[in-house]
Amino acid sequence: MIEAENVHFSYPSKVEALKGISLTIKDGEFVAIMGQNGAGKSTFVKHFNGLLKPSVGTVKVDGVETTKSSVAALARNVGFVFQNPDHQLFSETVEDEIAFALKNFGFEQHVIEERVTWALNLLSLSQYRKTSPFLLSGGERKRVALASVLAWDPKTLILDEPTIGQDHEQKEKLQQFIMQMQAQGKTVVTVTHDVEFVAECNPRVVLMKEGRIVADGEGKEILTDPAMLELSSIVLPQIAQVFTRLSSLGLPKDIIDLYEAKTLLLKAKEKTSR
Amino acid sequence: MAIIEIKNLTYTYPGASKPSIHDVSLKVEKGEFVLITGPSGCGKTTLCRCFNGLVPHFYQGEIKGEVTVAGINVFEHHTYEMAKHVGLVFQNPENQLFALSIEKDVAFGLENVGVSREEMRKKVDWALNQTGISDIREQSPHEISGGQQQRVAIAAVLAMEPDIIVLDEPTSFLDPLSAEKIFEVIYKLNKEQGITVILVEHRLDLTAKYANHLVVMDEGTVRLEGDPRQILSNEETRLIGVGIPKATLLYQMLKKEGFNLGDKTPLSSEELADQILEALSPR
Amino acid sequence: MSVFDGLKFRKVTSPIHNLDPRIKFVYVIAIFVAAILFYQIIPLLVLFVMQLPFVFLARVQRQWLRSLRGAAFLATFIFVINVATTYFTSGYTLTAINIENAASMTLRFVVLVESFSVFFLTTSPDHLGLALETSRVPYEFAFAFTTAVRFVPVLAEEAQTIMDAQKARGLELEKGGLLKRIRNYIPVLIPLIVSAIRRSLELAEAMESRAWGASKKRTNLYALRLHKGDFALLAITVIIIVIAVYVHFYVAIPTIASFF
Repeated sequence: MIEAENVHFSYPSKVEALKGISLTIKDGEFVAIMGQNGAGKSTFVKHFNGLLKPSVGTVKVDGVETTKSSVAALARNVGFVFQNPDHQLFSETVEDEIAFALKNFGFEQHVIEERVTWALNLLSLSQYRKTSPFLLSGGERKRVALASVLAWDPKTLILDEPTIGQDHEQKEKLQQFIMQMQAQGKTVVTVTHDVEFVAECNPRVVLMKEGRIVADGEGKEILTDPAMLELSSIVLPQIAQVFTRLSSLGLPKDIIDLYEAKTLLLKAKEKTSR
Repeated sequence: MAIIEIKNLTYTYPGASKPSIHDVSLKVEKGEFVLITGPSGCGKTTLCRCFNGLVPHFYQGEIKGEVTVAGINVFEHHTYEMAKHVGLVFQNPENQLFALSIEKDVAFGLENVGVSREEMRKKVDWALNQTGISDIREQSPHEISGGQQQRVAIAAVLAMEPDIIVLDEPTSFLDPLSAEKIFEVIYKLNKEQGITVILVEHRLDLTAKYANHLVVMDEGTVRLEGDPRQILSNEETRLIGVGIPKATLLYQMLKKEGFNLGDKTPLSSEELADQILEALSPR
Repeated sequence: MSVFDGLKFRKVTSPIHNLDPRIKFVYVIAIFVAAILFYQIIPLLVLFVMQLPFVFLARVQRQWLRSLRGAAFLATFIFVINVATTYFTSGYTLTAINIENAASMTLRFVVLVESFSVFFLTTSPDHLGLALETSRVPYEFAFAFTTAVRFVPVLAEEAQTIMDAQKARGLELEKGGLLKRIRNYIPVLIPLIVSAIRRSLELAEAMESRAWGASKKRTNLYALRLHKGDFALLAITVIIIVIAVYVHFYVAIPTIASFF
């Protein structure tokens, strides 16, 4: 469980990035933290593994205050996948790359070997075991970075802008993957501005603006609320965009799912043809 | 006369085991808005670099076929000559800006060519105006947002007054709102200045509505090409792994279930909404 | 690292900031030459004091003092070495003249630091880059300079991000003996270097695409014009050189010790 209470944070340049954020994320939840660039999303999630410590307020992970713990200790349970995999990759082989964190955390050799094989399989990277990560394509490198974090099986997974630069199929696979993690009971927090991606997954959405939380609730409600659109400059998912213009037909506005949309429209058609 | 003509182009990067582009042929007419899409690794990024000569001059490697841009044979002319006709905007905003102030960055190409200071001032002012960034002209590239940086990159290319502007996934790093603003700028340049635009993008939900020529690539070849409405209705497109806009998908799903909204495949939420309103509004 | 504070540009409106960097640089070289000409302490003291009005006019006193503080360590070192060498090589004796000479050497060093400090404190990288572009320096060098300055903050941020990413994988940079600590930095250095290479490639692509190398005669959006202040500084510089040369060759300079 992650509990943030009245978190304020300022960068050394004196800019106050977080202005009093309080949030609780329970185990097993799937949360999408959204908002414009500069709203403070990445700054906020970096408090979950102690990379940043609040200047005012507290952040507790499983009851332990982050100020009383090292990043390495917190990272054991909170895995953070950064936006750019090239900021992590440095090893000679994919195998070594995945084993890196396991070595840091002091796992025994035979456990390391098991975990590496498991992670390689999970992300379809087995054929690249002995390949240099630098020779892989962009999408493959992203998978290696993800594998290297999953290897130590953290309870919580934080994904910072996982959909950037991904094509349609890669995004679908990512979605399925997150669902899989969820099914295993992991807590998944993703920082993203990809509304279509969020619309597909429909998680809990926490909307940030200028260092504050301005909305917190069901994805469907928040992503179709025009007031939210005004407030934090997010773009409505395409299906929702269609339905905002159909209110004269008596159709609801909070639709983001393709199949729900189809069903509603077919029903509406039936009504008018009677 | 087509402004870009590519005939049977095959290109292999140095040291690669197979070609990145294989037997590609393409014709682009002046003033078109071309959208190139396809799964990662399909060769669209390599194709972009063929338009201004980075392939083959910068990247070397093996090349076969013909590429003629604005009447010039790309293989036989330096990249700096092509720069006067084709501008290329890249994916990462940060790595395209190297001067210490924005207006100096926009002037970079003109300085390279040796344009006089008075001429340069006029062109820089015009480019900054067209992209809506005149107010930040004296700031440094590090102080501005990603969306603004990409607009600077577009202005920098625009200042050279090219006939064609090629953009390789320019909004990858931007949020949807900033991305939309960029597309609006590009569309305006296409409509008002008659500049031929070639845009490589994954996000068809944001861009399909602007294009009048869609090219779908897969594994180094052009698989489908032509009118966006036709191509996006084609099942093969979806099978290749292209992200069809949700509005278009909904239209097709309704059609399958007997609810036909008309002959025109919608490319945007506005078009679909209009079609639905027409079909369902009480007479 | 407070000595570096004294070399970082400080944005302030002052007549010194507006001076042409090329002229300022000539002035700094002149001070440099003058300082080397003299080993006697009195002229060096004069050179030192002469720069103070510039420091105050430029309103950079505090930063300038920091650069002196930073130089203090090295200055003391120079002083001690000089004294020690004289002591051991002249039969374990130390005269007042010896001390004065050691002080001169130290002061010479301080004068050099001081003048460069004022130069960098009052010249923005943009201005400096422009000066390089308009001088006879080949454009490639000026470009390399401005590009480097442009990317310093970007690289610094990236280094921080990389460190964060690796810390988030359990890397503990502070733990272990010296050797282990150095090895701990490999996961930070490699991504940084790879990223720098990738960035250079993208930059090169962008440069080529914007007609790099199109013409041997490159023009410039900006122009550096000399103003009254620049001519004044130039005149001062010439006077300094003339007086320095004259005094050096024709005037017998007393030592302070000789007054006692």
